[in-house]
Amino acid sequence: MKKSLPMFREPDACSCDEHGHDHDHGDHDESRRGFLKLAAGAATALAATSCGTKPDFDALLQKHYKVMTDEEKKKVFARLEERTRAITGVKVHITDPQPMDGVHFAYALNLSQCNGNRRCVEACARENNLPNDPEIRYIRVIEVDNGSQHLEKGTVHYNPEKVPQKGKFYLPVQCHQCDNAPCVRACPTKATWKEPDGIVVVDYNWCIGCRYCQAACPYHARRFNWVAPSIEPERINPNQGYLSNQIRPVGVVEKCTFCLHRTRNGRYPACYEACPTGARKFGNLADPESEVRKIVENKRVWILKEELGTEPRFFYFYG
Amino acid sequence: MKDLITYFPRMALCALKGSRTYYVWMGTLLLFIVAAGLEWSHDLHAGLVVTNMSDHVSWGIGIANFVYFVGVAAGAAVLVVPAYLYHREDIKELVLLGELLAVVAVSMCLLFIMTDVGRPDRLWHLTPGIGFLNLPTSLLSWDVVVFTGYLLMNLWIPGYLLFSRYRGKKPTAMMYLPFVFLSMIWAVTIHTVTAFLLSGLGARPFWNTPILAPRFLISAGASAPALLILLFTAIKRFAKLDVKQSVFDYFLYVLRIAMPINLFLVGCEVFGEFYTGTLHSASAQYLYFGLHGHSMLPKFIWTALTFNVTACVILLVPKLRQIPRLMYLACVLTIVGIWTEKGMGLVFPGFVPNPLGEIEEYAPNAGEIILNLGIVAFGAFLYTAFAKVTIAIQSGQLRADGPRPAPEPAHEPAAPQAAE
Repeated sequence: MKKSLPMFREPDACSCDEHGHDHDHGDHDESRRGFLKLAAGAATALAATSCGTKPDFDALLQKHYKVMTDEEKKKVFARLEERTRAITGVKVHITDPQPMDGVHFAYALNLSQCNGNRRCVEACARENNLPNDPEIRYIRVIEVDNGSQHLEKGTVHYNPEKVPQKGKFYLPVQCHQCDNAPCVRACPTKATWKEPDGIVVVDYNWCIGCRYCQAACPYHARRFNWVAPSIEPERINPNQGYLSNQIRPVGVVEKCTFCLHRTRNGRYPACYEACPTGARKFGNLADPESEVRKIVENKRVWILKEELGTEPRFFYFYG
Repeated sequence: MKDLITYFPRMALCALKGSRTYYVWMGTLLLFIVAAGLEWSHDLHAGLVVTNMSDHVSWGIGIANFVYFVGVAAGAAVLVVPAYLYHREDIKELVLLGELLAVVAVSMCLLFIMTDVGRPDRLWHLTPGIGFLNLPTSLLSWDVVVFTGYLLMNLWIPGYLLFSRYRGKKPTAMMYLPFVFLSMIWAVTIHTVTAFLLSGLGARPFWNTPILAPRFLISAGASAPALLILLFTAIKRFAKLDVKQSVFDYFLYVLRIAMPINLFLVGCEVFGEFYTGTLHSASAQYLYFGLHGHSMLPKFIWTALTFNVTACVILLVPKLRQIPRLMYLACVLTIVGIWTEKGMGLVFPGFVPNPLGEIEEYAPNAGEIILNLGIVAFGAFLYTAFAKVTIAIQSGQLRADGPRPAPEPAHEPAAPQAAE
């Protein structure tokens, strides 16, 4: 029996929208069928009652990640997997890889190499189940005129035939996984925190969507789900981490997690693998032999907005 | 105990009975409230995408109104301090109406937040014990603490005093006076914490200034008396409550002090931003003069400044402020000017440009305006009902042992007669 779930509403199952704002209503385009459509959880009570379905109290009363027992987590993951399967038909697998002892992840980015091709941006979107409409992207690449680092004069909306353009350089920015993270300090409900391996994560199922962390982040790294994300079933990445690329509900904040579902399993982040120029370097800062450690020790690295004291785990260098 | 049981239904009954004007007024407000309710359910259904907010400007008019009405809530201290600290009898008669204004303003603030968060169904996560409050680091968590405290105090004090009066008993000082004094400090706290919430962010240089908290307090000290003058004029006229001229004189006195200081602080801020001329003044540049061709806000901030300066001149020149119409105009200009300063002048430009230098402008859309108007209407509705009941109890009309026609004509000659 198909269970109705609170974050979700099947596009054609509910005919109770009086306002006519649900764009999927009356949309008989087959290709759009089965789109993942997540309804506002808060609307659940309203929507669910008027649609004749029951609100899901398991989801409503779900506990914070850190206080759940392993048993409870298992149930939650199963519920989330079932939710996605019921609506899109895609079987996903939600895991919860743990931080490894003695590992401190860090990123280094070679600005001499980066040519602004933005493969990283797209690979990130595919890996992390980021919706296209409205578009959510974790990485922003800013095109800036040589001779200045005045970002206001740069643009993320560059679209030339070929990159790099003469006289320009390209500055990719994503979550810096700060050691002294302003977003973590800002969160009123402890829905976001720093893991022992240095990654700042969000419990998407605990976040209340106040967006104070967005105001607090000096790197514009956090994204809010203004609408229920819709992802084509064929685009869904079934290998999902609970704290990283699981499909987020509407009304919560999300961000780059250095692909922890990959990196904690010994793989590189998607953006690293996609980069054709070799500008991206990633590894364990605590390992003296790692590439990233050698760069930080031997190259003249710098960090963005050092004066704010955020102590990022994301270094830039020219080499 | 029996009194307590009859107390609430009888208060409700009192709020339900009124003149035709009363019904028209409340009915109009109700229309706005219903419209806002529909708009909110639309928000919940579709997501906050229906607003004009974005990842660039992630807080909009809801938070701007929140900041303004925190000032109104704190402004209740303008009545509480002279009533209890300086024993001004003329003001003490009205102090309950001030405390209830705080209750209403705080309730409105809670609604502004509730309708602004992405997941109102998860607000219980803020309850210590079953959820987490991120103390002591999150200023938003502190805001929850101080707001809850201020709301409870301002519910308890007038609630207790009115109930005593309803039963015809003399209130015990120990039952409420400690809270009265605590609430004076707390009024400062709620506005300070709200200022710190913004000024504590290194990511937003426009807010990251120590002058923000004093500016908040002073502007609240200006807009609250202006609002109270209009409010008590209305109460005097419609509820036939005798508000003495000395009370209005006192409000004007506070206004005359707060308005020039507020302008001075704006000047200090402007100097710091523009004389230094670092890139950190980009938001100020955007606000006052526009930035890289984006110039939505300058017209608003210059209008607000013109309003505030005009109000200031009217209030400071005795010949002008003695003309009632001009005096009321000054109050309206003060309220509108300071409201604009808080929203268009503070919250929005803090997000423009964003920390990576992108410029995305924000103005609320019709839905957001309807929702916010509805919350303001809800505040007005609540306050009208509160004020009606309060005046009925204070004048002795509503008592445990049955109604009595205005027993103390000394203070309240004509009780707020709910004629017909």
